[in-house]
Amino acid sequence: MNKKTNVINALKYGDVFTKLSAIIMGAGIIAHKQKVKGIFVLILEIAFIFFMFDTGIPALAMMPSLGDREQEKVWNEAKQIFEYTAGDNSQKILLAGVVTCFVIAAFILLWVLQLRFSYELEKQLKEKGHVPTLKEDIKSLFDKNLHITLMSLPCLGILVFNIVPLVYMISMAFTTYSKEDEHLMLFDWCGFTQFSRVLNMNGNIGRQFWHVLAWTVVWAIFATFLNYILGMILAMVINRKDTKWKAFWRFCFILSIAVPQFVTLMIMNIMLQPSGAINILLQNLGLISSPLPFWQNALWARITIIVINIWIGIPYTMLQITGILQNIPADLYEAAKMDGAGPVTIFFKITLPYMLFVTTPYLISSFVGNINNFGVIYLLSGGGPTYVGDTAGQTDLLVTWLYKLTIDQQYYNLGAVIGIMTFVILTVVTLITYRNSGSYKNEEAFM
Amino acid sequence: MNNEIKKNKLSPRRRLVNFLVHLLLAVLSIIWVLPIFWIVLTSFRAEPGAYTSTFLPQGYTFNNYIKLFTDRNVLNFPKMFVNTLIIAIFCCIISTFFVLSVAYSLSRMRFGFRKTYMNIAMILGLFPGFMAMVAQYFILKAMGLTEGSMIRIGLIIVYSACTGLGFQIAKGFFDTIPRSIDEAAIIDGATQWQVFTKITMPLSKPIVIYTVMTSFIAPWVDFVFAKVICRANADQFTVAIGLWNMLQKEYIYQWYTCFAAGAVVISIPIAILFIYMQRFYVEGMAGAVKG
Repeated sequence: MNKKTNVINALKYGDVFTKLSAIIMGAGIIAHKQKVKGIFVLILEIAFIFFMFDTGIPALAMMPSLGDREQEKVWNEAKQIFEYTAGDNSQKILLAGVVTCFVIAAFILLWVLQLRFSYELEKQLKEKGHVPTLKEDIKSLFDKNLHITLMSLPCLGILVFNIVPLVYMISMAFTTYSKEDEHLMLFDWCGFTQFSRVLNMNGNIGRQFWHVLAWTVVWAIFATFLNYILGMILAMVINRKDTKWKAFWRFCFILSIAVPQFVTLMIMNIMLQPSGAINILLQNLGLISSPLPFWQNALWARITIIVINIWIGIPYTMLQITGILQNIPADLYEAAKMDGAGPVTIFFKITLPYMLFVTTPYLISSFVGNINNFGVIYLLSGGGPTYVGDTAGQTDLLVTWLYKLTIDQQYYNLGAVIGIMTFVILTVVTLITYRNSGSYKNEEAFM
Repeated sequence: MNNEIKKNKLSPRRRLVNFLVHLLLAVLSIIWVLPIFWIVLTSFRAEPGAYTSTFLPQGYTFNNYIKLFTDRNVLNFPKMFVNTLIIAIFCCIISTFFVLSVAYSLSRMRFGFRKTYMNIAMILGLFPGFMAMVAQYFILKAMGLTEGSMIRIGLIIVYSACTGLGFQIAKGFFDTIPRSIDEAAIIDGATQWQVFTKITMPLSKPIVIYTVMTSFIAPWVDFVFAKVICRANADQFTVAIGLWNMLQKEYIYQWYTCFAAGAVVISIPIAILFIYMQRFYVEGMAGAVKG
């Protein structure tokens, strides 16, 4: 009797009602004395069938072609005007198709669950002679099944507004959906054409892609490690035993986090314009004769962005590291001092390894954050300077380029391809660093 | 006593080092505070325009603030302020519930889906946020949430729907509360729900406050999603789009000083909140790393 509760066993060894639920869902649950739940499952099945006939099947049928009726102008004799007949809208068809796929997946899940559940109830009836009543079930939702109550809404939100959009966007990468050749209303599947276009170094798009990718990686490395090291040094300088007014110094740096980032970034952008405050100040002081090209020259723009990012990032690192520094076991230091280690040795042999050990997850997440750092680039340089004929500027990251391609230029398919490439790169980097990190290899090295 | 004697007898080399350290900190502090000081100065500047020939203002006035809150014809800042406030309040309620629920479930309950959920959350975090944005817009459009006053609902959904993915800091905090407290309560007959609301929540005030504040602040400082979803519906703009617009070519000369005033106005509450909560931020981070 102690067979595992799974679908195969349910279909093999279950009673008539359990087997019947393979077709009439919920039948087994009703027969096994949980009427309300069973009826609910049955209603869901009926709703699913209605949905499939109403929108699901037509949507799936359109998926291969993504629609081909063009919008047409028809002369209406009676009214003496041109009337437009509604053509197919491929984007809507694709969305309906993707949503239908998700609904079908959910239905299959429901089918499996109800079958298993019916079999489980059957076993309980045989062994104990009774099953939980509805009241008891509701009670358990606030006790040992609390996680179901708490997590269903957040999961639904993530599914509908994160996973579905992502799948939808990924599917766009395999289509001709872009303003090129007027494929904004009607578009078709085109397989991996867009991927090879993006990866092909000789094409216009491909050349830009590799440029942007190289700069994205350089930027992420500089932004992550400069902020980390400089922030750590700052935190240690403030934490020194002989440093006075510690709280005051921290306050000065924290003030810059407290002002919303987009405000400081926009202000910086204005301050560094040719006739902005910094150039004016330098000219008034007589240090320069003509304005410095902070945003006009590619190299200047890149350096400026990295420097400003240090200005933004150091206070964050300082805040986080201050907490961790105070956690380093003091006996490690005392032992080192007794053995005659100087401050430099202590830093490289104790502080840095400890910090690296504890903060590897933080470093990875800040590297990911920097690769996806939209705000800093978009608000500071806007990706510029941009050469004529390019869609990507010299300081564009993959994300800002993605934004420009989709929102501004309506190359949805290229944007989707770049999004996927970003994801692939991040996954590889994350897995490699994480697997090689001390905190993964040896979880208790420092404890 | 011993310590004091030691302090008074600092070697000259050490004194020099201390002096240099403090000098360095002073210079750095000036660099960090100067831009903020400059925004405040600009918000009181009497002459208009983004670019002036002098670094310091020639005259000071309070009119920028008055104009910001009374001029409703060109850029309706008061309306934007109300819009953002409404969105922020709803967003705050929904996100706080989502974040704390997910964090508590993952920290305290054991269920089959737990590891899967955390892995999915990690993978989703690797996709660029803007990748989903366009698709989100299309989905909201299909639901009819991109026209007129429905935009507000659309924005609330966009800001709060996926917050269940940002559970790490709160979970790290819950992980540090000893489980024995829960177990004692359960032995005394408390349900998990009672443990969550009557024991864990009161013990987690810092992280609750932190979550409430971060989710309240989000709509005030995001302009990208707001811009994509509002498009040209000027009466639905949030504060961030308004400020962004003030720096566009057609408005910048007239509105630059008002922009600075607006920036100061929304920065003050955020700054106060942040300085108040930085303690929790540090604790949360330390907790998250430990867990």
